Amino acid sequence: MELKLGLKVHEKDNVATIFAERIVKGTQIEIHDKSGNKQLLIVLDDIPYGHKVAVTVITKGNLINKYGEEIGIATRDIKPGEHVHIHNLDSMRGRGDLERSRT
Amino acid sequence: MKFKGYIRKNGKIGSRNLVAVIPSVVCANDVAQAIVRQVQGTVGYFHHQGCCQLPPDLKRVTNTLISLGSSPNVGAALIVSLGCEGTDYVRVAEEIASTGKPTAMIGIQKLGGTSKAIQAGIDAAQALILKISSMQREETDISNVVMSIKCGASDATSGMASNCVIGYVSDKFVDLGATVIFGETTEFIGAEHILARRAITEDVAKQIFEIVSQMEDRARSLGCDMRSGQPTPGNILGGLSSIEEKSLGAIAKSGSRPIEGVLDYTEKVTNQKGLWIKDTPGREPEILTGMACTGAQFMLFSTGRGAPQGFPSMPVIKICGNPLTFERMQHDMDINAGTIITGQKSIEEVGEEVFAMTIRVLNGEMTKNEALQYYNSIDIHTLGPVI
Repeated sequence: MELKLGLKVHEKDNVATIFAERIVKGTQIEIHDKSGNKQLLIVLDDIPYGHKVAVTVITKGNLINKYGEEIGIATRDIKPGEHVHIHNLDSMRGRGDLERSRT
Repeated sequence: MKFKGYIRKNGKIGSRNLVAVIPSVVCANDVAQAIVRQVQGTVGYFHHQGCCQLPPDLKRVTNTLISLGSSPNVGAALIVSLGCEGTDYVRVAEEIASTGKPTAMIGIQKLGGTSKAIQAGIDAAQALILKISSMQREETDISNVVMSIKCGASDATSGMASNCVIGYVSDKFVDLGATVIFGETTEFIGAEHILARRAITEDVAKQIFEIVSQMEDRARSLGCDMRSGQPTPGNILGGLSSIEEKSLGAIAKSGSRPIEGVLDYTEKVTNQKGLWIKDTPGREPEILTGMACTGAQFMLFSTGRGAPQGFPSMPVIKICGNPLTFERMQHDMDINAGTIITGQKSIEEVGEEVFAMTIRVLNGEMTKNEALQYYNSIDIHTLGPVI
């Protein structure tokens, strides 16, 4: 069976982006990075095209990295293979709501 | 390296030779539209500002209209005034005329109403296009290029394919001695530290942090999470989870060259060379207007989900990073950068394709949105309330 592809941009990243359609729970995917390293991973959720998958354990409150930079914070524990998106990743910027709740 | 453009009296080079019909206020739009419908070679700047705004915004609208009308892609200008608006329409006409372009003005109230103004406007626009239509293109150096860049309707492919292609072309134009302008200050949030490292001086770095914090403060002032405003619902469906992630992908389009400085929203490029930032929001009508104010002869526009729109007087080349979107929207997308995602082509290969197209567009080839006249994405970004 053809392996479905995920791309990890930077070695520091704990997520990869999936550029394949029909990635459903249980699909095995191959994560590539820029140095040509490959990692096999079973996805634990249905993940749409262009969305992210965790490639390591990310514990609640820890930073989520893509492009070697911080793109948000984990709002719960995330296992390798899980879909990473707005349900478990919080932005740290432009958060007028947090200021309001502090006052 | 050379391209063929229209050499204006002030030495600026245009890639198009249009008559701009410029309503001085939203209330003059209907008359201006009737003129544009009738007279070939005209385009209209149908914006929604110009009255019942605070003085700094009225000045901003006036300066925007001056910069748009002074663009080298504009050969002549017709100002359509109502007569009681807040913008300084006399200054708009005077300053555009001072660039050496044939300029005319009509006033709706002064002429006795809509039908009389439409008739006078059609006559004036016809005279202007007859005056400029025989102008010929002349060969000029590539260093006269002013290129604007933007991404819109982004998804996860944008930061990995189409924005990287624009970054490649941006570096190439900078190295050829041309001017490149990028913006979307909102989409620096979370990536400003990377841009600041590329600033040529500490002052420029400080300015980058300042415009980002002003933009973020405006977003925060409403007391909510900016997510779903930015990133947009479409970005989120496309896999972008936070403004930080969107920004880190967005700045790829600025390439890798040093950042020379920051231009104000209404500012024209005079003699600036190299890579510059323009302080703009991300929404299309407002940023396309801000970019056209620079006098850019064209724009490179990267998209993933499929943004079809263009600007009346600035050709927009669409580079699509998502191979599935390109397949679906071929009549809107000029270049397929989805081949990078599928592994068929490299960033350099697609970058060279785009560069070759920029020269053709500078020489007169239409972009897909120009051919479809899908080019009315114009509005003026103001800061204060309508009162």
